[in-house]
Amino acid sequence: MESEAPTMENNPKISAYYQTRLAHFGVVSTEWLAQAQSATNPLLSSSTDSDTDKDTNFSVIDEFNRWRSHPDLAEAVAAIRALAAVISSSKASTMMQLEIELKNASDTLKAWDTTSISLTAASDLFMRYVTRTSALEFEDFNSAKSRLIERADKFGEISYKARKIIAMLSQDFIFDGCTILVHGFSRVVFEVLKLAAHNKKRFRVFCTEGRPDRTGLRLSHELAKLDVPVKLVIDSAVAYTMDEVDMVIVGADGVVESGGIINMMGTYQIALVAKSMNKPVYVAAESYKFARHYPLDQKDLVPAIRPVDFGVPIPLKVDVECSARDYTPPQYLTLLFTDLGVLTPSVVSDELIQLYL
Amino acid sequence: MDARRAPRAVIDPIVRKVGFFTPPDPIPFEFSPSANSLSPVMIPPPRHSSENHDLNSRPSVTSPSGDETIAVSGSCNSVLSELFPAPMLPAPSPKIGNGDGGGIVASSFPSGGFDLTVVKASGGVPVCKLTTVSVVNADSFAIDEREKPNRGGGSTMEGKDQAMNSKQKKDKSSKAERRALQEAQRAAKAAAKAEGNKASGTATSVNVKSAKAAKAPQKVDNTSVAASEKKGGDRPSEKDRKKDVPHPRMQYDDKSRVEKAKRRAVVNQTEARNRVELFRHLPQYEHGSQLPDLEAKFFQLDPVHPSVYKVGLQYLSGDISGGNARCIAMLQAFQDAIRDYTVPSEKTLVRDLTAKISSYVSFLIECRPLSISMGNAIRFLKSQIAKLPLTLSESESKSSLQSDIENFIYEKIILADKAIVEHAVTKIRDGDVLLTYGSSSAVEMILLHAYELGKQFRVVVVDSRPRLRGKLLLRRLVEKGLSCTYTHINAVSYIMQEVTRVFLGASSVLSNGTVYSGVGTACVAMVAHSFHVPVIVCCEAFKFHERVQLDSICSNELGDPDVISKVSGREDVNDLDAWANTENLQLLNLIYDATPSDYVSMIVTDYGMIPPTSVPVVVRKYSREHVWI
Repeated sequence: MESEAPTMENNPKISAYYQTRLAHFGVVSTEWLAQAQSATNPLLSSSTDSDTDKDTNFSVIDEFNRWRSHPDLAEAVAAIRALAAVISSSKASTMMQLEIELKNASDTLKAWDTTSISLTAASDLFMRYVTRTSALEFEDFNSAKSRLIERADKFGEISYKARKIIAMLSQDFIFDGCTILVHGFSRVVFEVLKLAAHNKKRFRVFCTEGRPDRTGLRLSHELAKLDVPVKLVIDSAVAYTMDEVDMVIVGADGVVESGGIINMMGTYQIALVAKSMNKPVYVAAESYKFARHYPLDQKDLVPAIRPVDFGVPIPLKVDVECSARDYTPPQYLTLLFTDLGVLTPSVVSDELIQLYL
Repeated sequence: MDARRAPRAVIDPIVRKVGFFTPPDPIPFEFSPSANSLSPVMIPPPRHSSENHDLNSRPSVTSPSGDETIAVSGSCNSVLSELFPAPMLPAPSPKIGNGDGGGIVASSFPSGGFDLTVVKASGGVPVCKLTTVSVVNADSFAIDEREKPNRGGGSTMEGKDQAMNSKQKKDKSSKAERRALQEAQRAAKAAAKAEGNKASGTATSVNVKSAKAAKAPQKVDNTSVAASEKKGGDRPSEKDRKKDVPHPRMQYDDKSRVEKAKRRAVVNQTEARNRVELFRHLPQYEHGSQLPDLEAKFFQLDPVHPSVYKVGLQYLSGDISGGNARCIAMLQAFQDAIRDYTVPSEKTLVRDLTAKISSYVSFLIECRPLSISMGNAIRFLKSQIAKLPLTLSESESKSSLQSDIENFIYEKIILADKAIVEHAVTKIRDGDVLLTYGSSSAVEMILLHAYELGKQFRVVVVDSRPRLRGKLLLRRLVEKGLSCTYTHINAVSYIMQEVTRVFLGASSVLSNGTVYSGVGTACVAMVAHSFHVPVIVCCEAFKFHERVQLDSICSNELGDPDVISKVSGREDVNDLDAWANTENLQLLNLIYDATPSDYVSMIVTDYGMIPPTSVPVVVRKYSREHVWI
């Protein structure tokens, strides 16, 4: 179990993002249950590390952690909600001041975890969306501020509902009798499968174990609860089982400008195998995950370290590859299911250009 | 509508042979020393009498020639003037059967629609013809018949096909009657010429004509034609001067059009012999004869501003090469020209200046065909001229235009390069081996900046004959202290194993993601792709174009084939010295090639890093912002 591994949770080398993932999606254990219980208590203040600079009485990190503690909420949405709260509780009196405050809050959030792509992307998108035609339309500061709050809330709503929209859009692609391969535990993909099960579709799921997180175990647990036939597959057996599979559905940590995705380690492998066997690979990702990165190869990413537990002690001389995610180029992806619609990978850049330029 | 199609004596039009082969009839008519006036290739003269003005205006246009020519040209003019408001006007001129009436009919048929759209789109610029002409955009030649080249502004892909298949469309029906008419007119013209030659006093026209006559014997006929044209076409001179401007992407397989272009050309070029069959639609001239000729005429060509003339000479001699350098030189020359420009009386600044710019552009085209980025810059300039409010005084307009050009150069080229460098250096890591091909200014800036930032990398410079531009880049890099490797393109698959990134420059990027760049770029990109090495293309956004090109053949530039046959420093390699005399040997020196988008990983522009599939998005956004069209 993870708790047996030395200095797991306090390891500063683990990106906070993955600490959260551990907390949320780790193997079901009593510790996890206890944590979940305490997390859903809204009055409880944050327990995880939040040694941040409190420049005002209101700390955006606190707010962020409060939102983030909900297991169902995506981290990016939590960030958006936190930023919206910044606006509403801001004591600024001019637009310029407000925008500076927002910028500071956004930078703080981004600095809290530099490896999380969706966090950065969502903050940037929020800033862009909210302040796009900000002060020029209104002379009255209060009306401008209320307009900003309205926009921020709307953005939060959209992001929150994004999963439902994606689930709805992807129903057409799941047909009766199909076999779906999923990797790791993505809440979006889970939503998709949940809705399909709810719509009484007959399908079965192959679920990879997803080492080192072993989040696949949790997903299989959840799917079993929905009475979906699920089969656990170790990561190395993906090619072996690929000919029985009809489609692959994965989530994404971030969607990059080339149209490729950054996701949990192992996604690239699965996509390669699927492509060589002509199986479609679908990605379910919300639109706030579109980021302005452009990796050229695997090493071009911002590294996110995640120590791997092998169950036995490893001598120090042995090096371990501990990157937590990989990059899948767009030529291996078939379609993206987003809340903007069902898109091809080349449309991502189109959207980004329209938004940012 | 190809009634005016000249019969192709050289090739059988039904069977089109693709590839390199010698034409069955080895004597093209243009090289026969005897000025055979019965050649079926000759253009019926009166058609051009009104429209064909040389760029040098002939102020001393004198007494009109025979009545016939005047009458014909008169009708020609009137129809032409009508053509602007009502492009669909059917040709009123009688069935002269020659290019005149036929030309009108021909041009009204297909280009009416196109010109209309252009007229509308250009915001009501009355000089719609000019805007069409110098627009180097998706226009291919819409028509293959012998229409005025400037009318070919309409653009369709089918038009391109037509131009390519032009050989196959041959209308033999009216050839005989056309020939008869030609003879009659030629006789009249000979009489006119006799007077005309005495009457013309301008040194320029005589010089040009005599020079032309000296240049190529076949032009003896042309001079007679030119003489009568010069006289006959005095009237709506500015309108006709507009028509002088040939389409920048004129197809050169039609002899008639080529000769027409030659007649109004300032630069005297002789067509090369031994031309490769597949590339006959591109212009190819004998190199080496133009430069001294132009230099001698420097003080005689009034209509061409000295700065523009100088830039043209520099293009011809190869002193200025490289997309950005050419573009900047041209724009600065235009700045000078605008500064020294004064509006003639009774003319509006907008129209006249646009006409002048177009004439300069056609002069530059004769020196060296335009690159796509230059075409975009010219389009920008013309749209700026067109958008000048009429209330501005002349000096204000001129200064506004000059500052526009200044801003264009600064924003689109200099600042854009800075933005490109900022983005691209993030893709260079320590320990990288970067490969570059040829000499691109953007790539050079990137490498130097990365070196200044202290990144540890080494550079492989790949070069190729005949221009060997990589040597200049190599020298500049080594001076700054970068560690470089130099190799030729035949070793690129060997060296690619150790390369981690490839940086390429581009002359232009087309809408389907195709990169149009110096010849050899496609080869390097393909090898890189097969070795899974990412290919990064660095190109300013103003070089993007909405045209689509699928191969390197339909649009390209042919360089001097003699440089292939010689190897500098190796005088003993002289096997190809007499290549021109060998009938079954043709040398081909292409300047550009097209790299498909599959081999390009990323394009770095001043808009950021985009995948090749997003080029049309940028083009769309760009043209919306700047309203070029």
